[in-house]
Amino acid sequence: MIPAVGFAFPALLWGLLALPILWLLLRAIPPAPIRRRFPAVALMLGLADQDVQADKTPWWLLLLRALAVAAAIIGFAGPVLNPASRALGTGPLLIMLDGGWADARDWPRQMEKAQGLLAEAGRMGRPTALVQLTDAPQQIDFQPADSWTGRLAAMTPRAYAPDQMQAWAALLPAQGFDSYWLSDGLAHPDRAALTAALSAKGALTVFVSPRPIFALRPAGFDSGAIELSAARSPAVAQTTLDVIARGPDPAGIDRELARATLSFAAGASEAQTTLTLPPELRNRITRFSLLGQRTAGAVSLTDDSLKRRKIALIAASADREGLQLLQPTFYLRQALAPVADLIEGGLGDVIAANPDVIVLADVAQISPPETEALLAWADKGGLLLRFAGPRLAASDLSRASEDPLMPVRLRQGGQQVGGAMSWGEPKTLAAFAEDSPFHGLPLPADVTVSQQVLAQPDPDLSARTIAALADGTPLVTRKAIGAGSVVLVHVTANAEWSNLPLSGLFVQMLERLAVSIRAAAPLTQDLAGQTWVPDRVLDGFGQDGPAAAVAGVAGTDLARALQNGPSAALPPGLYAGGARKVALNVIGAQTQIAPATWPVGTVIEGIEQATPQALKGALLTAALLFLALDVLAALWVSGRLGLAAVLTLAMLASPQHARADAAADARAIEATRGVVLAYVQTGDAGQDAISAAGLMGLGDQLWGRTSIEPEAPMAVDLERDDLEVFPFLYWPMTAGQALPSLTAYAKLNKFLRTGGMILFDTRDGDLSGLGGSTPEGQMLQLIASGLDIPPLEPIPKDHVLTRSFYLLQDFPGRYAGSPLWVEAAPPGAEQTDGMPFRNLNDGVTPVIIGGGDWAAAWAVDENGVAQFPVGRGYAGERQREIAFRFGINVIMHVLTGNYKSDQVHVPALLERLGQ
Amino acid sequence: MSQTASLRAQAETLGQSLPALLAEAEHLAATVLLGEHGRRRAGQGDEFWQYRPAHAGDPARAMDWRRSARSDAHFVREREWQVAQSVSLWIDSATAMRFSGDPARGSKADRARVLGLALAVLLLRGGERVGLSGMVPKPGRAQIFALLNGLQTEDSQDYGAPDVTGMAAHGRAVFLSDFLGNLDLTEQAMITAADRGIRGVLLQVLDPAEEDFPFQGRTIFESMQGALRHETQSAGDLRARYLARLAERKDALTRLAAVTGWHYQCHHTGAPAQAALLWAYRALEARV
Repeated sequence: MIPAVGFAFPALLWGLLALPILWLLLRAIPPAPIRRRFPAVALMLGLADQDVQADKTPWWLLLLRALAVAAAIIGFAGPVLNPASRALGTGPLLIMLDGGWADARDWPRQMEKAQGLLAEAGRMGRPTALVQLTDAPQQIDFQPADSWTGRLAAMTPRAYAPDQMQAWAALLPAQGFDSYWLSDGLAHPDRAALTAALSAKGALTVFVSPRPIFALRPAGFDSGAIELSAARSPAVAQTTLDVIARGPDPAGIDRELARATLSFAAGASEAQTTLTLPPELRNRITRFSLLGQRTAGAVSLTDDSLKRRKIALIAASADREGLQLLQPTFYLRQALAPVADLIEGGLGDVIAANPDVIVLADVAQISPPETEALLAWADKGGLLLRFAGPRLAASDLSRASEDPLMPVRLRQGGQQVGGAMSWGEPKTLAAFAEDSPFHGLPLPADVTVSQQVLAQPDPDLSARTIAALADGTPLVTRKAIGAGSVVLVHVTANAEWSNLPLSGLFVQMLERLAVSIRAAAPLTQDLAGQTWVPDRVLDGFGQDGPAAAVAGVAGTDLARALQNGPSAALPPGLYAGGARKVALNVIGAQTQIAPATWPVGTVIEGIEQATPQALKGALLTAALLFLALDVLAALWVSGRLGLAAVLTLAMLASPQHARADAAADARAIEATRGVVLAYVQTGDAGQDAISAAGLMGLGDQLWGRTSIEPEAPMAVDLERDDLEVFPFLYWPMTAGQALPSLTAYAKLNKFLRTGGMILFDTRDGDLSGLGGSTPEGQMLQLIASGLDIPPLEPIPKDHVLTRSFYLLQDFPGRYAGSPLWVEAAPPGAEQTDGMPFRNLNDGVTPVIIGGGDWAAAWAVDENGVAQFPVGRGYAGERQREIAFRFGINVIMHVLTGNYKSDQVHVPALLERLGQ
Repeated sequence: MSQTASLRAQAETLGQSLPALLAEAEHLAATVLLGEHGRRRAGQGDEFWQYRPAHAGDPARAMDWRRSARSDAHFVREREWQVAQSVSLWIDSATAMRFSGDPARGSKADRARVLGLALAVLLLRGGERVGLSGMVPKPGRAQIFALLNGLQTEDSQDYGAPDVTGMAAHGRAVFLSDFLGNLDLTEQAMITAADRGIRGVLLQVLDPAEEDFPFQGRTIFESMQGALRHETQSAGDLRARYLARLAERKDALTRLAAVTGWHYQCHHTGAPAQAALLWAYRALEARV
């Protein structure tokens, strides 16, 4: 598409006609001559110019000037790229955005378009109203367009579809107005009514994005595979789309768990695929989303319906011969087998399998170790479901005192009503109380209980009762254990004591207890009676966040929303009711995704907002650039500048960085002129002076005693200076020094890795041991935490530092006796026979850490006299001497590495050691 | 009073410039080793030439008694005839000589003066009489200062012409100039000099810019005083023809020198002065 160009002042373009005149004028005027004093002019007299045309301006220079003038003329004519071309209207204007989930796809462009429309309305002075149809319907009032700009910026797409168009249509102002409708392009209920109402008020222009909308339907589960389906609108060409299943990995980090590809056939609006995953992986999935689609409709949260729980069924010992139908676990197995993975086996075995639920059907005897294991398992969230039975009734379990694995104490013997040997009718169930997880379940009239175990009337019995018989006798009791709970059903799990297990209510109760899980979408009665609290809520872009400010909703409302789609009151998300979770997704299994149909005659435009772009600045800049080039070219033509100079001037436009480099270069040259000892600036001027004086003193000693002749020491600013040029850094610790930045740490680590050495000096005489509580020691810990320092050890007696120049046994500075830490010897280093030393580290220890305050011991003033006293009397001077020897050994070690470990010197060293 | 002051100022200016010029000339002259230029015959001089038997009429004080005492005959000690030549220097002081194509280079006049003075130093050291044109050539080191004074005069004309007045007949002459002015004047002067038996050296001092003509574009060339002017639209195009003219001028000078028995050499201020000095000294010595 060729962008359109318009002009603000087209009349100025007539100025271009003057260009040929300018051409002629410029051509007639040659460049000004340059005057030169030149004695040999005498030789030139009479030499005529060969090229008479040379006194005219060269054609390319003319072209340059003509271009400059043309650019200036066109620039002042105010060219605008993509000028607005729509016929500008007058009168009130209503701008509507659908603002639903489908708009999230193109939201930035929708905003841009709306901004453009608002700006245009502002220029025309039209009273404007801006409406997001997903908001609650309200009165529309027209205001100056500018006042809407801020509100527009604050708009975000909602995670549900606009569903109240009828109400909006009823609230349209009485006056006539034009309408712009930025639509998501999907059919929504009552869109036709609103369209008709708007058309009746004035011209209606609809803006629709051409990009297709994809919607992901909730995942289903059938015969071991996850069924995924998606819809799209409009259904056009063949396309494929990836579905991503996300969930926490074993470490709890949300990541992609699986991926499936959906293929839309050409013209098909639906696509299906299946995904087979191991149960462990499947149970982790929290959401499916369409790759690359940032809308709430392309996200489908998963709830319990995908999960299959591991349930352990344990009955009393099966030694009793009996009918299948009479087995305690028969009905449980029937109810649970389709929806859960069942584990059977001994109690000890199944606890190890870590099931979600353990069902104990009439089991009275649990050994103490198993009790311990069960309690630990329940404490972590397991649900222990116990059924009563003859054994439980006959045992003394939880009789005198409450058993930890029982919710209540039991009375002896239990209760038998309505049997052949008793009076009374079998008991029916009472309606479930509001705080019961079963609240809302319909009670079948034919469920009766003829025998049960009875709970002792303890103080907390009523709190633990979640289902009772019509006379108030507890039927199901529950007690929390840590994160899990234990539930006792006071009847058997088979039909022996009650016909409850034969009824549908039994299955529903199991569901309510989150023992079993229904694969299909929950029905109204499954949800009714409970308050569902939003756990996670989706926004319009499909991002889920915590639902802080959304109130709990009634189960019937949630069931309705599951049918009809979410709304403002019921945003899509994950709703929790007790232990169960229900996902309310934007797209349900039956949600229709169809393109909107517009009445014939409605103006429909795309939402591509071509912003008018003024070209004036660019053209005027070009004109200036041409003129600048013309100056250079004219200078060259008239011989005032050599070609090289012209090119150089032209290149001067590029920024120069040479100056900063020059200083760094000078410093690097200074530092590499010889061996330069360096110290790290601490920001404490006094300490820095001591460091400099110390290294100066050490340098003097090195000059005097060894062949190392260091230059004057240099200060190093870790942030600015290159470290590679130094072999050795002295780093005194001060309490107040700043931590190095990340780049400085990178430099330091490179320095350490490439053979540099840092002598850390806490200067505290190691009062409290390494890493003690002195401020300097803490600063050292803080600083060293970012450094790549190998394992350290107190310096061993045979470390090369003890003999790299002088033979030393201790390493005093101003303080004596503090330990010195160096890189630890490799674990395998062993002393071989006949060798006085182990063959230790190959290379230089990257750090030496100590607290001797060596710089103070080395420090000399400008006359070479020691600055600080060390020790007392002759012993002190001896200590200073040893400190110097230590410094010399360190520098020798830095510069020669483990040369002194070389065995060449062993005999001589042995001899000296022997004396 | 004011006259005295101005004199003093001038003198001080001179005192500042002269030693530098002299030092430079002395320095330059020191690079040339003096050679003997005796006449290879007996005559007046300082060097021993031969002993010859005394003839009648030889004055008694001409006897070399030490030599005579060793034999029976009397011997006279003859010395080699060493003749001091008169060398006249003409150093062009016109404004054209003040040109320098590069601020870093000295002007042609500077180079010409240094060369002339160095030559004078050499010649004076060799015992010759040296003078500027218009001056009487005199021997001795004191003459250097007279030369220095003479060199301070500056011509206000565009181009200079050799001045042969005051040149001793059968003497030697050195013309130091760029020879860019009217060649007829030079030719006349040389013919006049040749008629008086004066032989000599033409040393053309040119600036490298005059040799290279590194100019481009529309240019107005002016002589140093502005009397001559030439405008060109494209100096670059002029170069070839200018160089042809220059070569022509050099040819004319060479021819003129050959006709009159002089020596011609072209020297550039960009080149070291020693070579030119050596050449000029040799050229003079060949005939002296």
